[in-house]
Amino acid sequence: MKCQSCEQTATVHLTEIVNGKKKERHLCPDCAKQQQLLKQTDMNINAILQSVFTQNVSGEVNALSQLTCPSCGIKYMEFKAAGRCGCPNDYDAFREPLLPLLERIHRGRRHVGKVPVHALKHAAVQTELRALRQQLRTAVEQEAYEEAARLRDLIRQKEHPDEPG
Amino acid sequence: MNLDSLTQNSGEWLRAVGPEADIVISSRIRLARNLSSFPFTNRANTHQKAEIEQYLQGRLQKLDIDLQLDYFNLATITPLDRQLLVERQLVSRELANSEGPRGVAVGANEIVSVMINEEDHVRLQVIRSGFSMDEAWQEADRLDDKLEEKVPYAFSEELGYLTACPTNVGTGLRASVMLHLPALVLTKQIEKVFRALQKINLAVRGLYGEGSRASGDFYQISNQVTLGKSETTIINEIRDVIPQIIAYERQARQTLTRESRPLILDRVKRAFGVLKSAAMMTSEETMDLLSSVRLGVNLGLIDDINIVVVNQLFIHTQPAHLQKLLGRELDSEERNSERARFLRNRLSEMDSMN
Repeated sequence: MKCQSCEQTATVHLTEIVNGKKKERHLCPDCAKQQQLLKQTDMNINAILQSVFTQNVSGEVNALSQLTCPSCGIKYMEFKAAGRCGCPNDYDAFREPLLPLLERIHRGRRHVGKVPVHALKHAAVQTELRALRQQLRTAVEQEAYEEAARLRDLIRQKEHPDEPG
Repeated sequence: MNLDSLTQNSGEWLRAVGPEADIVISSRIRLARNLSSFPFTNRANTHQKAEIEQYLQGRLQKLDIDLQLDYFNLATITPLDRQLLVERQLVSRELANSEGPRGVAVGANEIVSVMINEEDHVRLQVIRSGFSMDEAWQEADRLDDKLEEKVPYAFSEELGYLTACPTNVGTGLRASVMLHLPALVLTKQIEKVFRALQKINLAVRGLYGEGSRASGDFYQISNQVTLGKSETTIINEIRDVIPQIIAYERQARQTLTRESRPLILDRVKRAFGVLKSAAMMTSEETMDLLSSVRLGVNLGLIDDINIVVVNQLFIHTQPAHLQKLLGRELDSEERNSERARFLRNRLSEMDSMN
């Protein structure tokens, strides 16, 4: 069946009874939305991302626009525009604005699934790494570049002693 | 494994051998994983992507598994071969169309594929014929364990596996089931099913994933939530809803044969007739007609052809498969006439066998 307002397939079928008279309407989702007959029920990731970002951004624009990941250099605003993180460390660097976003998307904020055995064994190293990354952030903020370079190398080495680069 | 030999068969997922294979085409598990010490693919430069590829490819070769993995370098194979891998669901369209160092490791039978430098560094996929969610998960889980022994994944105790897109973080798991639902489409009940699925946070997509049209009445149903639920919970939620959809589709099929048998028979026979005699055939029209024939076979309305051949025709008439089978590149008009010729030949072979 075609939509009464355009050529799309009608998927919204409405029966109204006005003054005892039955009136039927057949519309496609777009026209139905336009006529405000249909509430948006799809989970639209972009819309959710956008609305969460907007909520967070109003009021704290300055603080957020300053946020930059020390590991990959991506700015929070760049992440906001692309919807993609730059590196795993972004989840630390942008933790504050990211947590409410994750909660909106997943209705959950803590991983309860599989844990890689390898990573678990290295939980201590991970904790140490987080501390080192924090120190690195501070060093960069204070423009202590030699110290930052030293910390960066130390982090790389602790991350994966057997990895390239 | 040789890409030219792939076209001779159809891959395990299209063999119609699994449970409920008349309606459930395939069950798929995808895991998104990343290396902890590299930027995500979108932020990595060509040099880093080459390093990631080389590193992962090396580790994949050394995995302690009884499965031979063949690696295809997507940056060096032809666009036609990339398209072939997409049609076989071994590679996503996104990976095929992106740039820079990237590739895919494919296991024998095409059940396992591991994409490198997709949106995430690793996209591990297991795809099985029919309704076999648990088998697919067990295999993916086992492979993931083996890979994790050799590769330091980006993982946080709080947020789980860290992924480029926040929508995948946590388990990094996408569980999906591909269904053939022609009767729900014909009886116009499909939208109702979609709305119900969306309410419980499941996504519905077409045959080739995100943004693709549901041609041939094929629909993929998958989870959206990846954080705050365990893998088992996510898989069970999908697994529990599928039997209901199967039941609706069967009910719709019964209604059709009970109330509109002549109409359905006509539709099936016409579809078969057109496939057997047309001189030009687009990929879309082929899918739609084959869908009617597939329904006809499953309803016992037509016995000129069996389901395995119908499934195979779905994939062999896709653009890249057709060109590989004919051994040359074709423009779109040539493809349409060669596709029609291919269908005529295959279907008259069937006739002479009966």
